[in-house]
Amino acid sequence: MKGLLTSFVSGTVFALGLGISGMTRPVKVIDFLDFFGAWDASLAFVMLGAIAVYFVAYRRSRKMTSPVLAPDFSLPKRSDLDAKLIVGAALFGAGWGLGGFCPGPALTALASGALPVFIFVVAMAIGMYLHTWVTELGAATSGLAIPSAKNTLDA
Amino acid sequence: MHNFTPFAALFGGILIGLSASAMLLLDGKIAGVSGILAGVLKPIGGDTLWRICFLGGLLAGGLLLRILLPSAFDFGLIRPFPLLTIAGLLVGFGTRLGSGCTSGHGVCGISRLSPRSLVATATFIFTGALTVYLVNHLMGGS
Repeated sequence: MKGLLTSFVSGTVFALGLGISGMTRPVKVIDFLDFFGAWDASLAFVMLGAIAVYFVAYRRSRKMTSPVLAPDFSLPKRSDLDAKLIVGAALFGAGWGLGGFCPGPALTALASGALPVFIFVVAMAIGMYLHTWVTELGAATSGLAIPSAKNTLDA
Repeated sequence: MHNFTPFAALFGGILIGLSASAMLLLDGKIAGVSGILAGVLKPIGGDTLWRICFLGGLLAGGLLLRILLPSAFDFGLIRPFPLLTIAGLLVGFGTRLGSGCTSGHGVCGISRLSPRSLVATATFIFTGALTVYLVNHLMGGS
């Protein structure tokens, strides 16, 4: 129960961080990615601040046998580079540069009630379902078992 | 470099880092938004409730911003609906294929010095910049 409250409060603080930093404004995102135009470096400072804090937290977590409110850490264990990772990241980047939204800010900006955000989020959800569908289709045609649980551990 | 806002960006980034740290140290979870959302869209037994709580928190935070900092939703630049739809499809499909987005790879993964996240982050910043260059400089900014 406390774990769920942590998730809710963390989500709230995460959204406030996105809003204060400017990530919820496509103009800031697109200007950050516009290295050959009016480059706005602000969003590099978002990553800097977030990584500085999380780096320390991650070091701390390595010394703990379990998290405070849960039995285990569920962290990604893969370290191999594959084509899916690179192609996926490339497609994501193209969509990020095109629309100026990534998933967290888009979901946060739903609260604005603005129609374009809603359209983006619906398209994003459809994109996620499309991936599931393509994966299952690929597995069915090649006769391989579907590793459907692999998506639970990201990054 | 007009509109350069390093202090707000740094402060917001620290809040994001604190939030992700709480998820790690208290719940043992990675605060990767695309993965959290995907786990709600296609639930996998018993691992859904915390995700719904996190996403509910994002919306609650959004509502707080709407009251306390309305300029957070001063989007400044909104692409036409067909482009936004393509962007959304690419973001949804790409984050699943690549197992993460700006939060999971860009913040949590880089902090863990994960080779996959370092490569993914370099890749999505590169293709993001390439896309902005193509749209802004070659296609006249549509």
